Amino acid sequence: MWNTLSRMWRTGLLTEPLPVLERALEASSPEFDSLQADLLAVLGRALCIRHVDAGSCNGCELEIQALHNPYYNLEGAGIQFVASPRHADLLLVTGPVSVNMEEALRRTYDAMPGPKLVIAVGDCGACGGIFGTSYASRGGVANILPVNITISGCPPTPTAILRGILQTVRPAVTEI
Amino acid sequence: MTMKLPEFLESRRIPLPGNLPGSRLIVNREQWLQYAAALRDSGAQLLTLWGADDRDRDAHFRVFAAYLLPQGMVVLEHAMTAPIYPSLAELFPAAQRMQRALYDLLGIAAEAVADEEADTRGWLRHGGWPQTFFPLRRDADANRQHPNISAPYPFVTVEGSGVHEIAVGPVHAGTIEPGHFRFSVVGEKVLRLEAQLGYTHKGVAKLFETQPQSSGHRLAARLSGDTAVAFSWAYCAALESLAGTVCPARAASLRALALEHERLANHLGDLGALGNDAGFAFGLTHFSRLKEDLLRINSIAFGGRYLLDYVIPGGVVADLPVHAPALLLHLYSELETSVTNLRSIYDEHAGLQDRFRTTGRLEPSLAESLGALGIVARASGIARDLRVDHPWPPYDRVVAKCMVQSSGDVAARVQVRFDETFESLRLCRAFLQDLPAGPMHAPVPDAAPDQLGLGVIESWRGPVLIALETGPDGFIRRCHAHDPSWQNWPLIEYAVIGDIVPDFPLINKSFNLSYSGQDG
Repeated sequence: MWNTLSRMWRTGLLTEPLPVLERALEASSPEFDSLQADLLAVLGRALCIRHVDAGSCNGCELEIQALHNPYYNLEGAGIQFVASPRHADLLLVTGPVSVNMEEALRRTYDAMPGPKLVIAVGDCGACGGIFGTSYASRGGVANILPVNITISGCPPTPTAILRGILQTVRPAVTEI
Repeated sequence: MTMKLPEFLESRRIPLPGNLPGSRLIVNREQWLQYAAALRDSGAQLLTLWGADDRDRDAHFRVFAAYLLPQGMVVLEHAMTAPIYPSLAELFPAAQRMQRALYDLLGIAAEAVADEEADTRGWLRHGGWPQTFFPLRRDADANRQHPNISAPYPFVTVEGSGVHEIAVGPVHAGTIEPGHFRFSVVGEKVLRLEAQLGYTHKGVAKLFETQPQSSGHRLAARLSGDTAVAFSWAYCAALESLAGTVCPARAASLRALALEHERLANHLGDLGALGNDAGFAFGLTHFSRLKEDLLRINSIAFGGRYLLDYVIPGGVVADLPVHAPALLLHLYSELETSVTNLRSIYDEHAGLQDRFRTTGRLEPSLAESLGALGIVARASGIARDLRVDHPWPPYDRVVAKCMVQSSGDVAARVQVRFDETFESLRLCRAFLQDLPAGPMHAPVPDAAPDQLGLGVIESWRGPVLIALETGPDGFIRRCHAHDPSWQNWPLIEYAVIGDIVPDFPLINKSFNLSYSGQDG
């Protein structure tokens, strides 16, 4: 127990400001700070996301999972991933829509209460990516569901995903 | 371990190009089974099974079975006019799902042998295309879209007083891939689990046939995003062996460095997730932080957080920037200190160990007879690791150690991950400190048509394989990719028996198998 507590103490708070490495690496690091502030202002700590992998290679899943690490501190920005579509405001879809996932994707969307938003994540979600359309793939998410925003990248970085979420939510919130 | 090659192998073998020593044998219908049995008796494992429609070339269908022996790879090839061949499932249970997939893609059927019960349920075909459409046949129009006509999948049912079913998926509660799990339970105790996979089937094998040889590595890397380096390396190894290209020494070392970084990223992620699934969120926080540190260094050293396009035919995309080695060495020390500390926290946490130990046990004898691969096998006492058994360059310059545990439970799979993390850090340092000079890539000419080459790489999950057959004009004729998840998925169904339903996420995570890699 002592060891655990001591590690927590020694590690400290990692979220904000972004680590030196990231600042040096990404030209957009000041943008990240304002992004966090924007997210908080717009969402007011209440966005529930349901993620569906509609046929992805699992690369995008890794970056969505990375949003939960202490650097990005997703929940601190008011965003929560939920286990049921019935609790969700926003559907985050990865992958080209495989023929075998088409029905499950439609059902998940139908189970969400309105108003609802859809984001297609990654090059595959945007247009089918390298997999395109074929006997096994319906291509981009927009071929199956109404999509508000697409986030390109293979896979998109966690920051790109955060930015995409904000872009989707901002007009929707103004509308409401 | 030295083992004699079975005699038929010595006399009739044709050398098979690849990064591992390999032989190819052309066999008839009887020998297909007979040799498989002899191979099994000499300690071979069935690594993968695939088929091809060669009616346009010589009016035959073909099936190929790739076996992994202590001496290297052996591929048996059987040509037939009618699309039917003897099933290998009696000898190698892992063959069953692969044979079902082979039928769905090519319409080549495995004929039940002896008293084996044939399983004719679709594996990759869920109703998204007609039963008479076989996408990998040469005359199939793969771009044509078909309406979805879904039908219920006939799961094996368990009957008895108080038995009920729990259906989970394909959409799961967390950020993970889709698959369906059907539990038959009494109270909370699992009596039987049956998985139905294939949800993420994207037609990768057919797509390969439209690609020039020079760009197939991009598709290979996207078969399973978490195994991108291993798959793209396997593809490049197969292609280079056919084109007569030798990857320059510096590029080979950088490939190995990337492969070990992929192993580290996945092991760190899994160690955190395993703590979390056992109710210890602290573990997830700390390990996911370490993983993020690694990914950020990846983008400095290799040009991307995930190395999907780092390995290219002939070598790697770019050299390390000049300041990268110092950053990398610093990262390795940080990781070593942190993971040592976190390991002692995990080891001393009674609640965590209570959830880990004896949970999801896979008996070593069962793991052996069902053909377990990779970390799952090593946690059940099977000391197999291609980096150790068949060190291909540059692993021949470092002596990798095989990390083994014998208890076969979640705790063993956690320990193997810890041990491999430290071993991987050691290998990274060795590669980095002894980085040869030289170019980043060598030119890869188009390989001559109608040749078969293999690339087999020990990924973080286990051995991945690419079997590449070349076509004319620098195109791919057929490319088969194999993920070790094929072998390990059925093993989860054994590991959960007798455990309770809430332990399933923990057990599943301890295997951490690829859905996309299996579904193709």
